[in-house]
Amino acid sequence: MAEDFHHALKFKYDLCIGCSHCTGVCPTNAIHVEDGRPVLDPNRCVDCGRCYVACPVNAIYIEQDDFQTVYDYKFPVLLVPSIFLAQFEEKIKERTILSALFHIGFKHVYEVEKSVDFIKSKIQQDVDSGQFAKPVISSFCPAVVRLIQVKFPILTDNIYLKKPPLDMTAAYIRKSLMDSGVDEQDIGIFYVTPCAAKIAAIKSPVGEEESVVKGVINMNYLYSKVLRVIKTGEYKVCDDSVRFHRLSKASITYPLTGGETKMLKHGRNLAIDDIHNVSEFLEKVEDEDIQDIDFLELRACDGSCCGGILTAENRFLMIERQRKRMQKCSDEVDSEDNDLLNYFDYLEDKRSVIGTVEPRSMDKMDENVSVAMQKMKHSFEINQNLPQVDCHLCGYPSCKSLADAVVNNKAEINQCIFVQRAMEQCDLLTQQEAHKIATKIWGTKKTDPSLAKKFNL
Amino acid sequence: MDFTYHVEGGDFTNAGSTSSQVKRMLKKIGVSPEIVKKTVVALYEAEVNIVAHAYRGDIFVSLEDDRVTIVLSDEGPGIPDIDRAMQKGYSTASPKVREMGFGAGMGLPNIKNNSDILNIKSEVGKGTTIEFTNFFFAQ
Repeated sequence: MAEDFHHALKFKYDLCIGCSHCTGVCPTNAIHVEDGRPVLDPNRCVDCGRCYVACPVNAIYIEQDDFQTVYDYKFPVLLVPSIFLAQFEEKIKERTILSALFHIGFKHVYEVEKSVDFIKSKIQQDVDSGQFAKPVISSFCPAVVRLIQVKFPILTDNIYLKKPPLDMTAAYIRKSLMDSGVDEQDIGIFYVTPCAAKIAAIKSPVGEEESVVKGVINMNYLYSKVLRVIKTGEYKVCDDSVRFHRLSKASITYPLTGGETKMLKHGRNLAIDDIHNVSEFLEKVEDEDIQDIDFLELRACDGSCCGGILTAENRFLMIERQRKRMQKCSDEVDSEDNDLLNYFDYLEDKRSVIGTVEPRSMDKMDENVSVAMQKMKHSFEINQNLPQVDCHLCGYPSCKSLADAVVNNKAEINQCIFVQRAMEQCDLLTQQEAHKIATKIWGTKKTDPSLAKKFNL
Repeated sequence: MDFTYHVEGGDFTNAGSTSSQVKRMLKKIGVSPEIVKKTVVALYEAEVNIVAHAYRGDIFVSLEDDRVTIVLSDEGPGIPDIDRAMQKGYSTASPKVREMGFGAGMGLPNIKNNSDILNIKSEVGKGTTIEFTNFFFAQ
């Protein structure tokens, strides 16, 4: 197995109450419970953040870079997704937000979607070119790319191996600043992320060696910081000439569901959001059950990036604001509005992903085919006798997961509560032993005998 | 390891379920994505052929350390001329089946292109048996 994925999702064990809600919602069955704590399988997790949303006590957090590193650079640049603005109420104007960002210390602020017009000019040609297997699958959402690697390895050849807007805009910023005489080492590009998957993608880019992005800032963190500056009024309002660059309609809709498929002029192109929907659909594509699709825009969050776990506002309101902003935009912008359009030739060279996206199947039971086959057979036999209730009481997300864990010597079959009852009936398990097993899975607190007293039993 | 699956003729809602299950097993035992894909394409095609043309059929899947062998045996009309059926574009599917988007021909050639060994036996009025093998490693 190659080097582990970087994961930005971390558990705060002191807050965790061991409820296992995270276990149940994970689309790749990456979490199980041991000793009352969630245990993450780093080779399964795709950083989609469903666990973060499900956690009732906020015991999952998204690691971010130390904000102070922004000040290490002479030219700290903020690279912000356009939906960042959609978090703020309408009464807070763009210029106010921009002023606050400058006050915080950024020298330049660019929206990620600045390069969408460039991508728009290439995408149809790429899909038609035949260099990617059909359906060509967008590489925009890093959680989806990882999902394909671990769960649908057959489809890795279908991934659209061209860099998404984030990388393209970052490449442009670096180049244009250097062209204006800024030293490369003085440029610090900081990306504002709406989700954990983008962080993971920047820290260990799939099919790439290194990202030009120097640091990542969580969107909700920056939102609070900006709002604080605005509310306290401690910023200096920048003059009228300072504004966000004008973006085209296509650029503003890009981060919404359907943003990519709208850029395609012909063919059968589908946009699907929410990781469980994506998973269901890819299963069918892999089965050959769904054929003749040209392009798939797949995004892990419901509402695409507006539904990102690090956005501060309700996703439906954000989508509404983004659409309103789009209506004010024109179809095309010229190079006066968007200087990036002067860099097409440069970006063309930077566009290709250097490496490939390797399949890294999470289902593989062993490196050796015959051992894997024995394990699979054994797991089937165990699973046949399990209750199929998928109750999580064994600590695993499903009966099948428990069977696999037993085969890999990571769990005991007597962790199943139904098996325990059967064993007790045959005098193969004492109450004390059963209690010990429960404690091993769920920790001492949930199985403390004093509970009986607390309920006056 | 051996498995048997039953397929009902005309049951298009479940067409492809065997190939989906076989796909999952091949992934579990760590067969490379290219070989899994090949096998799924061939099996899906053959499985849908039973649903589209035959009355009923059984699919026997045999997994060995280095190969998967799949035998699809159906009770059905049989193929009168296998050589012709192996030609691209030839189809015996009824208009009703074609309306559902199936039976556009290409079935058998596609199976041939995606299998390492292929044997087809057929008797008109009785049924067809397709047997194919895919090796897990380059031969």
